[in-house]
Amino acid sequence: MSNQLFKIALAGNPNSGKTTLFNALTGLKQKVGNYPGITVEKKTGTIKLSNDSEAIAIDLPGTYSLFSKSIDEEVAQQILCNKDNSDYPDITLVVADASNLRRSIFLLTQIIDLKMNVVLALNMVDIATKKGLIVDVNLLSKKLGIPVVAINARKGKGIEVLKKTVINSLGKSPDYPFLDVGKLFKGAIQKANIIRNVENNYASFMALCKQKLSGEIENRCALNQLCKSEDIIPERAQAKETVNRYSLIDKLVKETVKQGEPIGKYMITKRLDDLLIHPFYGYIIFLLILFVIFQVVFSWATYPMDLIDGLFVDIQMFVSQALPKGLLNDLVVNGILAGLGGILIFVPQIAFLFAFIAFLEDTGYMARVSFITDKLLRNVGLNGRSIIPLLSGAACAVPAIMSTRTISSWKERIITILVTPLMSCSARLPVYTLIIALIIPAEDYFGFNLQGIVMMSFYMIGFVAAILVALLLKYTIKSKEHSYYIMEMPSYKIPDWKTVGYTIFEKVKVFLFDAGKIIIAVSIVLWFMSSFSPGDNFEKIEKKWKGHENAEFNINADKLEASYAGILGKMIEPAIKPLGFDWKIGISLITSFAAREVFVGTMSTIYSVGDSNVKSIQTRLSELKNPDTGEAFFTPAVGISLMLFYAFAMQCMTTIVIVYRETNHWKWPFIQFVYMGFLAYFSSLIAYQLLS
Amino acid sequence: MQCLAELSIGSTGEMVRIFDNNLEQKLLEMGCTPGENFEVVRKAPFGGPVAILISSYILSIRREDAKSIEVIEL
Repeated sequence: MSNQLFKIALAGNPNSGKTTLFNALTGLKQKVGNYPGITVEKKTGTIKLSNDSEAIAIDLPGTYSLFSKSIDEEVAQQILCNKDNSDYPDITLVVADASNLRRSIFLLTQIIDLKMNVVLALNMVDIATKKGLIVDVNLLSKKLGIPVVAINARKGKGIEVLKKTVINSLGKSPDYPFLDVGKLFKGAIQKANIIRNVENNYASFMALCKQKLSGEIENRCALNQLCKSEDIIPERAQAKETVNRYSLIDKLVKETVKQGEPIGKYMITKRLDDLLIHPFYGYIIFLLILFVIFQVVFSWATYPMDLIDGLFVDIQMFVSQALPKGLLNDLVVNGILAGLGGILIFVPQIAFLFAFIAFLEDTGYMARVSFITDKLLRNVGLNGRSIIPLLSGAACAVPAIMSTRTISSWKERIITILVTPLMSCSARLPVYTLIIALIIPAEDYFGFNLQGIVMMSFYMIGFVAAILVALLLKYTIKSKEHSYYIMEMPSYKIPDWKTVGYTIFEKVKVFLFDAGKIIIAVSIVLWFMSSFSPGDNFEKIEKKWKGHENAEFNINADKLEASYAGILGKMIEPAIKPLGFDWKIGISLITSFAAREVFVGTMSTIYSVGDSNVKSIQTRLSELKNPDTGEAFFTPAVGISLMLFYAFAMQCMTTIVIVYRETNHWKWPFIQFVYMGFLAYFSSLIAYQLLS
Repeated sequence: MQCLAELSIGSTGEMVRIFDNNLEQKLLEMGCTPGENFEVVRKAPFGGPVAILISSYILSIRREDAKSIEVIEL
């Protein structure tokens, strides 16, 4: 076969090494997206099978069975059971864990029964050997009637043989089913075949058991009738079939696997578990790990972030001088480049966080984290795996929300996504720092710095709010799925650095390309709003300040006031006046939507109006007088109110875009924006009214 | 009748049946078939999940769900 492009699907249990094999086969030629309409990740890639043949590989979500119980599993089912599906494979590669053959070939035998063209890649033979298990690969292949190749996905062993086997097996499908459901349920299956107008016993059996195979809506009635007349109760039939399948598998495993003495090293998992899920030390170790992650994402990431920041300042300077002055110059520098810089600045934090998560996931530790925290966090509607997103939200909500994919329960994942931005992220820090310095005296109380105490309280407020909102959402979000926690605890492994690397690469890529597009667009809108005004207001301003000392400062400030953003700021003044804010803060609130830290810059521009001396923003703000009372404008009441607003309001377009991408629906970012807005508005209102 | 939730760490048992339909199907597919032997290896603190060693891998299940799994202690 020359220049053939056919489709290969990779199927297998979670933890079977399926993704490692996928990476080994495709390298960096991967594409990550979502299946239409749902948030299940779709990974495809190209495999070079030989010099003249390439294949498109699709990495199906990990599943234990073709009978689906979650959206992930439904994706695998829809692709494998439906010949009309655009992703229906020419050949299916099932990855099985040799150290756990009994459970991992269950899925394989189901796929065989669908009469699919299938090859078994037997992974982790080395671990099986350590467990004292010796698998007779040839006999297994003969008994199953399909090709079996022993591989080591991590070390890349057996990959070439696997590729050759795939080429040779094209167009062949198994001659006989593993378990003949036609015999098990006699007449019913034949009749179901007739109703569905196909000749596929196992697919018809699945349809009988109320699995939503495509085109089953019109057959549903007839199939239900058939169930009644043949006395088939779908749940019982399915259980019966599973038990029968396992008894055949048990027989097969007995014949093909020899149990010898395990080699001592295998005990490592038990020893590590004694420590890592210890009722006391387990939590201490987990807290230590969290602390390290937090430190790294929070502090190490600042070095590359400053570098990117500095680089963009240089590029902006260069471009603004290189291009002729004018609108285009301004658009490129302050619209596009500023937006681009605003996106790239997130990359270090995303990379660091995912390095940790991939590492912890790949070693097998994450499953233990869920194990010891499941009960505690479920009380407030969260999940054992919510703790990592929640805490990394204290550095930045963007990578944190991207990391919620590991939470398998839909409801618990949505709750985690919705509350994570309440954690005080690093972009709030400059805002807090500025305001605290203005309103809180730098005194020591009982040996503690008062400013530090206030700063910490704001971090606590964010955390407490996140927990309370989660609790509230637990009772308000309706979910049909009963959240089961049935999880395999894989043996500990030394992480596969390639897998860690691929994860980081993939997450950064998804962020830059998927979210990047929308963020750039919003940046341009924000740029437009603050650089244009209706009519010829800008020209008048320029005329007014011409020849003045410090003209540029004043022009910029006046222009911002006259711009659409300024008009909007004045428009919302009546609404924010009860919070103690004037229209200038209103403008800052609007421009902060690009990123919270923009607040400082905007405030410094806008308050410079009419002042000919160059001063630091802090001095400027502290000298500000309230026009009504004649006293300092930034009273503790205004400051606290403003800080509370920043603590709660969803003023980060990048987070909004990421929430949209992760939930695949504008509904969730909208709900989040509204509830956080309410929280911000009313807490500021109450604080200001009580304090002033 | 004995249920999985009652067994203490270190004890071994045999699967009998599972009363919750959805749970049953999922656990059957993961190899918890009637007659299969297992060992209780861990119990998470604060009433968290239980972990059992069954057909050579460790499986964890919530304590509440373990109440609907009938077993015989061996």
